[in-house]
Amino acid sequence: MNSLRKFDFAALGACVLFFAVVQGLIFAEIIGPFWELNIILICINIILAVSLNLINGYTGQFSIGHAGFMAVGAYTGAVITVKLGLPFELALVVATICAGILGFLIGLPTLRLDGDYLAIATLGLGEIIRICILNIDYVGGASGLMGIPRFTNFAYVFWIMIFVIFFIKNFKNSAPGRCCLAIRENEIAADTMGINTTKYKVMAFALGASFAGTAGCLFSHYFFLAHPASFTFMRSFDILTMVVLGGLGSMTGSITGAILLTFISAYLSDFPEWRMIIYSITMIVLMLRRPQGLFGNKELANFMLKLGGKK
Amino acid sequence: MDNFLSQFLQQLINGVSLGSIYALIALGYTMIYGIIKLINFAHGDIYMLGAYFGFYATTKLGLSFIPAIIFAMACASIAGIIIERIAYRPMRNAPRIAILITAIGVSFLLEYGMILLVTPQPRTFPAVFPATVYNIGPLVVNNQQIVILLSSLILMAVLTYIVNDTKAGKAMRAVSFDADAARLMGINIDRVISTTFALGSALAAAGGVLVGVYYNSIDPLMGMMPGIKAFVAAVLGGIGIIPGAMIGGIILGVVEAMVSGFISSTFRDAAAFGILIIILLYKPSGLLGKNVREKV
Repeated sequence: MNSLRKFDFAALGACVLFFAVVQGLIFAEIIGPFWELNIILICINIILAVSLNLINGYTGQFSIGHAGFMAVGAYTGAVITVKLGLPFELALVVATICAGILGFLIGLPTLRLDGDYLAIATLGLGEIIRICILNIDYVGGASGLMGIPRFTNFAYVFWIMIFVIFFIKNFKNSAPGRCCLAIRENEIAADTMGINTTKYKVMAFALGASFAGTAGCLFSHYFFLAHPASFTFMRSFDILTMVVLGGLGSMTGSITGAILLTFISAYLSDFPEWRMIIYSITMIVLMLRRPQGLFGNKELANFMLKLGGKK
Repeated sequence: MDNFLSQFLQQLINGVSLGSIYALIALGYTMIYGIIKLINFAHGDIYMLGAYFGFYATTKLGLSFIPAIIFAMACASIAGIIIERIAYRPMRNAPRIAILITAIGVSFLLEYGMILLVTPQPRTFPAVFPATVYNIGPLVVNNQQIVILLSSLILMAVLTYIVNDTKAGKAMRAVSFDADAARLMGINIDRVISTTFALGSALAAAGGVLVGVYYNSIDPLMGMMPGIKAFVAAVLGGIGIIPGAMIGGIILGVVEAMVSGFISSTFRDAAAFGILIIILLYKPSGLLGKNVREKV
């Protein structure tokens, strides 16, 4: 336990150092706008992947409607800053809460389903959210909500990302988090042991949804617009792929998956016609070679502790 | 009121013809799910491939409608078998979610591979037979709708015959009921799964050609939405149940036509997913499904 806490402090120190270096490079304009954009995209994708991992990896509830919650966050945030003229910080908080409430409302009935049925239901709900937004003229309808100021910068996304990672990591080790893990391992057994399975499933789902909302808000305030086409089920698949490629149930895996896939996308942006083809082949080959994902359900910390123990 | 009734009947006609195409795709979904418990996301793209095979058969090879649809079905079955062999067979014992990701990957590969090969521009599907419009009172029916309905019914009848009355069909039912027991009885599971993929892909391809004939336009991304909606249809009827997929497809088509006729066509897709959510919440096993109690 003690070594884990030490590891936390070391990680936090590394984060501060990493932040200082990257921010410095951005100020010195060594990192150009293209890579700055991709670094911010990586951070947003990490938030999305880690929050989906909470639902899919830790609680074992197979959700593929994450883009819907992202859309809710993106639009709520945009309405607050653009239409109401309120500060960005408030927009972030409200976007998070709104997506969380929606996650709660959606999770309550749908989490009675399991496996493929839950997957397809969440996919459908994600699309319903998007189609509803598409039909609201107040937020621009099919042409999207334009003219959103760029409030998101590297400092915001980085520290929010670190907060989300630490929050979910600590949630996993808390009592409710352990209930979630128990539900993943065997729902009936968990129920028999007196765990209120519905409560913890909905809790994990709402938490994951709310962080997706945060990511959506950051996303729309970086790219100047919120457009329904950015939040189709393709994006949900993207996030799911990051989580599964990295290893379902591994925080390190989700982070690695998000970084890896965003980098692949960025590198291939020069060859737009080949981009999706190479991307999909990478997906297939990785899954054929390593179906449990890069990290399985292990964490980087497990490896480091093991190395430390051997000395 | 009379106006309402005639519009209702008109939408019913449109819905049934659209729904029979959904049913064709849904049959493949339901068979594949029934046999290897995989939501084959690439199935919608097989339907797209089928439409393109039909397109080339009519434009380049100069085939008429029936040979073209048979050619498309044959090519698509081969494509289905190859996909199963390369992407799904090595994953037989992998976690289910990993196979699902592979299916998503295959779906992307087919979509963007086709964009690379044939450009993303929509192609105009040639008119394979002259369009005739029949007016029955206030109702409008064209012969394309009749052809779609007839072809789907014939294909469904053939499929029902294969599944119920042939040795291969018996093997398929056995594998979907209990794969391990079927293996112990000497059934070659891999071959049965290949057959299932071939049959399902052929039906999807027929659906693709019929859609091409109906809408006159095909493009590489045309399979995304119908693919997912056909899965909704399969779930609606009860996944793994063949008559269920037919009924589910037709219901879905009719509801979509009604929503776009009476409310707004932008809510058409939402209606499909709305049905899905309602059916999942109240009868997750589908309209024709039986409740299976979970064993501990």
